[in-house]
Amino acid sequence: MPPVIEVSNLHKRYDDKVAVDDVSFTVHQGEIFGILGRNGAGKTTTVECVEGLRTPDRGTISVLGLDPLTDRLELTRRLGVQLQAGMLPGRLRVGEALELYSSFYPRPADWRGLLHDLGLSEKARYADLSGGQQQRLSIALALVGNPDVAILDELTTGLDPQARRDTWELIEGVRARGVTIVLVTHFMEEAERLCDRIALIDAGRVVVVDTPAGLTSRARIEQRIQFRPSREFDTGLLANLPEVSGVSRRDEFVVVTGDDDALNAVMAVLARNQITAGRLRVEQASLEDAFVELTGRKDAR
Amino acid sequence: MNGATWRLIAVEGKLSIRDKAALVWGVACPLVVLVILGSIPSLREPITEDLTVFDVYVPVLILFNVAILAMTALPSTLAGYRENGVLRRMRTTPVGPVRVLAAQLVANFVIALVAMALFLAVAGLGFGVEPPRNPLGFAVAWLLATAALLSIGLLVTALVPSRAAATAIGTLLFFPMMFFAGLWVPIAQMPPLLQDVSAYTPLGAGMGAFQDAYLGDFPSASPLVILVVHAVVCAAIAVRWFRWE
Ligand SMILES: Nc1ncnc2c1ncn2[C@@H]1O[C@H](COP(=O)(O)OP(=O)(O)OP(=O)(O)O)[C@@H](O)[C@H]1O
Ligand SMILES: [Mg+2]
Repeated sequence: MPPVIEVSNLHKRYDDKVAVDDVSFTVHQGEIFGILGRNGAGKTTTVECVEGLRTPDRGTISVLGLDPLTDRLELTRRLGVQLQAGMLPGRLRVGEALELYSSFYPRPADWRGLLHDLGLSEKARYADLSGGQQQRLSIALALVGNPDVAILDELTTGLDPQARRDTWELIEGVRARGVTIVLVTHFMEEAERLCDRIALIDAGRVVVVDTPAGLTSRARIEQRIQFRPSREFDTGLLANLPEVSGVSRRDEFVVVTGDDDALNAVMAVLARNQITAGRLRVEQASLEDAFVELTGRKDAR
Repeated sequence: MNGATWRLIAVEGKLSIRDKAALVWGVACPLVVLVILGSIPSLREPITEDLTVFDVYVPVLILFNVAILAMTALPSTLAGYRENGVLRRMRTTPVGPVRVLAAQLVANFVIALVAMALFLAVAGLGFGVEPPRNPLGFAVAWLLATAALLSIGLLVTALVPSRAAATAIGTLLFFPMMFFAGLWVPIAQMPPLLQDVSAYTPLGAGMGAFQDAYLGDFPSASPLVILVVHAVVCAAIAVRWFRWE
C-alpha cells in the first residue's frame, strides 16, 4: 500500500529565517504518527505545508496521492485539520459551528456525538469558551468531516488532565476506525501512549523517526538508582562494578548511575554484604530524556 | 449553490444580527432620524412643487443604512475574520474562504434590503411620503448603489492590514461619502463645484438616481454608469489583491 502522506526534502523559509530545512517522512495507512520537537523547531510549518496552507520553497508532498496545493477540493474533503492557532467568529455558538462545518463535507460524522464526546455545550458562544473548551471544539471540527487523515497540531495543549485522557480515548477510537493521524505534540506521555512512530524534528530537520520505545533505547541514557543503605559501607564496592559509571552520596542516600544491568549488579553486591536498600528508587530513561538528549540540549549548541 | 453555502449565508446573517453595532448604527439610528425629521413640521413643507425636505431625506437615510453596513460592518467583520484565523481555518475545508466573503456580502445585502423596505414603509405609512414614482428605477438605483458600496467595503477589507485599520478607514470614508449624499447639506444647496464632485461619488450618484426615480423617471445614464464603474473597479481590485493572511 502506498504511504498516506509522503514528504520529501521539504524546505520552507520565512524571509531570511529558515523554518524547515530538510524534512522527509512517510506516514502509513492507519497509524498515529507523532511529530515532536522543541518550540520553533518547524513542526507547525511542516504540517501547514502538508495541509496546503503554505507553499514549500522546495520539496514534494503527497497526501492520499493528492497534491496539497492543486487538489484542494478533494484534499480538504478527506483531510481533517486542527490548527495550532485558528479561531471562529466570537458570536458563533458551539452547536452552530459544528452543524455548519458538518455541512461542508460529503459524509460528515454525527456532530452531536462529537459534541457529547468532547464535553462541549451546544449553546455556548465561541468567545465565552475557556481556552481548553475552544481547543476541544477545534478537535471536534477537525473530525466532523469524517476524514481519512487528520492532522492535529498540539492536540491537547491547554486541556486539563481529565480532558486530556478523554481526548486520547477519542483519538484511539478514531484510529480504530482506520483514520490515519498526524499528531504534533509536546507531551511525552501523549506521544508514548498514542503514537506508533515519532519523528523528532530539530531546527528544521528530522533527527530520527522511530517507535517511542526505539527512541528511548536509542538515547542510551543511564539508569539512576537511589537508596538508603541499612548500614554504612564502602561505596567503592559499587564503583568497581563494570556496569556502574558513577557513585555519589547525598545525605544518607547513595546514588548510583549505570547501564541497564546496573540495578542487578548493585543489588547482588548489597545482598552479599547483608545490606538492604531502603526507599529504593530507579529512574528509567524516559521518552522525555530521549527527547532532550536527541534534540540537543542548550549547552550542546 | 448547495446546502453548505446556504447554511453559511444563514450563519453569517445571524452573526451580523448578533453584532448589535451594525443594527444600532445601520438600522436603528437612521430610523430614529427618519422619525424625528418626519415629526418636524417645517421639513414637511414643499421646497419644490413636488418635494419636501423630508422627502429628500428618505433616500439619504436609505443610503446611510447601506453605507454603515458596507463601510463599517463588512470591513471590520471580514478583517476580523482574517486577523483571527477564521478565513485560514476555512481554507482547510472544502468550502474555502471565498464563500465566507460571499456569505457576508449576501447577509449585509439582505439586511440592507429589509431596512430599505422598512424605511419606505415608515416614511409612507407614518408620514405620508409617497413611494418612488418609478419603482423599477428606484430598485435599479438601490441595487447599483448597494453594489458599489459593498464593493468599496470589500476593497477596504482587501487592502488594509488589520481589523483596527479596516474599521478606521471605513469610518473615515463614511463621513465624506455621506456628506456628498447630502446628509448635512442637501445636494441642491451645495455650491456648484461640490455638486459636480458629488455626482462622481458613489453616494452622490446614488442620490441622483434616487431623485430621478422619486420624480417618476427612470434614472439617467450618468449616475447609473458611475455606480457601475465604482462597483466593478473596486470589486476587481479587491478580488485581485485580497490579503488572505
Ligand atoms: N509566519 C511566520 N513568519 C515568520 N517566521 C515564522 C512564521 N511562522 C513561523 N516562523 C518561524 O519559523 C520557525 C518555525 O516555526 P513553527 O511554528 O513551525 O515551529 P513549531 O515547531 O511549530 O513551534 P511550537 O512548538 O512553538 O509550536 C520559528 O523560528 C518561527 O519563529
Ligand atoms: Mg507549532
